[in-house]
Amino acid sequence: MFEGKAWTFGDDVNTDEIIPARFLVTSDPVELGQHCMAGLDPTFVEVMERGDLIVAGENFGCGSSREHAPISIKAAGIACVIAKSFARIFYRNAINIGLPILVSESASQGIRKGDWIKVDLAEGRIENETLKTSYRTESFPPFMQELMEAGGLMPWVARRMEIR
Amino acid sequence: MREMSLVEQILSRAAGESEVSPGQLINARVDLAFGNDITAPIAIREFEAWGGREVFDKNKVALIADHFTPAKDIQSAEQVKRLRDFARAQGLVHFYEGAQGGVEHALLPDLGLIAPGDVVIGADSHSCTHGALGAFATGVGSTDLAAAMLTAEVWFRVPETLQFVFTGERPKWICGKDLILNVIGRIGVSGALYKAMEFVGDTLSSLPMEDRFTMSNMAIEAGAKAGIIPADEVTSAYLKTRVKRPWKGQKPSDLQSVASVMEIDVSRMRPQVACPPSPGHVQPVDELEHVSVDQVFIGSCTNGRFSDLAQAASLLKGRKVAPHVRLIVLPATQEIYAQCLKQGILDVLVDAGGVVGPPTCGPCLGGHMGVLASGEVAVSTTNRNFVGRMGHLESQIYLSSPAVAAATAVKGRITAPDKL
Repeated sequence: MFEGKAWTFGDDVNTDEIIPARFLVTSDPVELGQHCMAGLDPTFVEVMERGDLIVAGENFGCGSSREHAPISIKAAGIACVIAKSFARIFYRNAINIGLPILVSESASQGIRKGDWIKVDLAEGRIENETLKTSYRTESFPPFMQELMEAGGLMPWVARRMEIR
Repeated sequence: MREMSLVEQILSRAAGESEVSPGQLINARVDLAFGNDITAPIAIREFEAWGGREVFDKNKVALIADHFTPAKDIQSAEQVKRLRDFARAQGLVHFYEGAQGGVEHALLPDLGLIAPGDVVIGADSHSCTHGALGAFATGVGSTDLAAAMLTAEVWFRVPETLQFVFTGERPKWICGKDLILNVIGRIGVSGALYKAMEFVGDTLSSLPMEDRFTMSNMAIEAGAKAGIIPADEVTSAYLKTRVKRPWKGQKPSDLQSVASVMEIDVSRMRPQVACPPSPGHVQPVDELEHVSVDQVFIGSCTNGRFSDLAQAASLLKGRKVAPHVRLIVLPATQEIYAQCLKQGILDVLVDAGGVVGPPTCGPCLGGHMGVLASGEVAVSTTNRNFVGRMGHLESQIYLSSPAVAAATAVKGRITAPDKL
């Protein structure tokens, strides 16, 4: 359960926009976090606050496979990304590294920039405190939930290998 | 039992299941897992952090230094060093840089590392390139690569297949790039999201291997998980001297097994160009003749192969690049470079006023060796024209075939090769 201010973006936000390639000379999360969304809005990391949310349209995170994109979003302090849909590599990267993401068409359409949003990840519930409304989210398949509960792919793999 | 699509057949074998169907989540065994100097450092960090001591098979994990190489700065050099040290410590058979190397998606098939029916993952979105050989090949992130290096497995949601049937004879100058741009223009950048694209039809039967790689390479630009082309005689001729292990020919997916079929008649197609800032904003070249350009780039995993450079050279022979245009040509691998050198192609490119550089991903992602300034316009044979992709946020990129790029370099504005 967490809450924060919404930052809204459109459709097809690509990973070159989330973290331009010139910043990919490092894999240090702190450094990557300092350039989050630099390809769209170089001032984003200055104006956002830790705990805020990103709300976007369809195909969020399309383009390159660079895991630096979800890493930079997570390290910048974004609590959750809500979108109508996610590009497939970004989707698996986010789950693999434990960046909370939610798929919700109604939230994607309804939430405005600056709205105060409460998210209950376990229940898959998004509440818009500003507009006094709530949105449904698509539930994740049990396997994805298992990955998320484990804290990401590597902890899940490590646990599985011990079982073997 | 329902018919399985080609992709489903491959994934069912890799998952050890007699049958899989779209939507099903599986763990598949990988035949090849690879990464590059940007993505592999994170994979190596995760691998080691979670107690990885040895990769699952030192023949089946490949590392390629190609993005910021030759190292553009100290940090890039450190990333390559990380790969080199890990490869040595692990005894990896397939580590490539410098004269042994090149752009990963041009290099790995030429080295014979991929065969039809393989499951291939690469920590690079253009790993779908290898679907051109009838493999299930897809891009993943660094953590996926780390897990695969540890376990030999990767999780997948089995994708639906969208079949694209190309018919008709290709007009002169129409190549794989035009076919795939045309498709992305039709279905959009999320038109194949989470799905596998399968390219078949009479036109494909006579389409050279290099053009097939270009097509599969850009499946990701439509959001696809894979872009597969069933292995046939063309595949066989290409693999003959490269792949020693046995592999089986393939058939296009049965109609019952695919989610949709789109037919595309290529017989009257004009060269296609994707306008900024999306690979989905596709127009015939003739609509864009007013666009004047500052730079033309020919290269990359999409169009940096021998036939691409040869095609460009055939148009540039005896001509000169327009005075205000910078033409940059980067053969995708050292082997391609050598082949172009031997056959006089580099002479033609240099005589025409082009600058020929070493194999690297470099300018495609705004890394180095051809970064754009504010307000500049480029025609590029690469795969993405997103805002700021090749440099300044206020630069613009038009994506095209090598033929359109070469004609454009001569005229200084976007030009159809048959109007040169």
